[in-house]
Amino acid sequence: MQLARVIGAVVATIKDVNLAGATLLVLQPLSASGEPAGRTLVALDSVGAGVGENVFFVRGREAAFPFYPAEPPTDAAIVGIVDHWSTE
Amino acid sequence: MILAKIVGTVVATRKDERLVSSKLLVARPMDPRGKAEGTYLVAVDTVDAGVGETVLIVSGSSARMAAGLKDCPVDAAVVGIVDNIEVHESGT
Repeated sequence: MQLARVIGAVVATIKDVNLAGATLLVLQPLSASGEPAGRTLVALDSVGAGVGENVFFVRGREAAFPFYPAEPPTDAAIVGIVDHWSTE
Repeated sequence: MILAKIVGTVVATRKDERLVSSKLLVARPMDPRGKAEGTYLVAVDTVDAGVGETVLIVSGSSARMAAGLKDCPVDAAVVGIVDNIEVHESGT
């Protein structure tokens, strides 16, 4: 899983039937210090995150698991909202 | 998932039998502000997207969860046509 900041949202009317009702958010992955690190991506939201929040997300096939038994075709899903984090 | 702009189509007569009747599109990944990034890729279309449209592409084994792609040899699928992208904060 990776840390990221939610920086936006995507609206798509025409989409896979298993994505109906899904919230699509734009994520900017972050380094441990909170700096942007790497390319932005679009993830499905499973926790009610919003723009400006720090979250962690899962990549790959596992990204569909929070929506079980539905199987949305996604390779990234937000699975937690970060209250705070610290590094040494 | 990544955002991409559809820039072309691919025609292939000889291909895996599970790709027969699949529509293949050439896509250019882009950031939420529309700037192109990364290399072109070929994705199977599942939502009737066309050249010039901004789309959502799912990659890796998750692409096989798109409608009609179960057990297909595919690692990128177009699963949505983007109407609008709102970016509220500078990402980089």
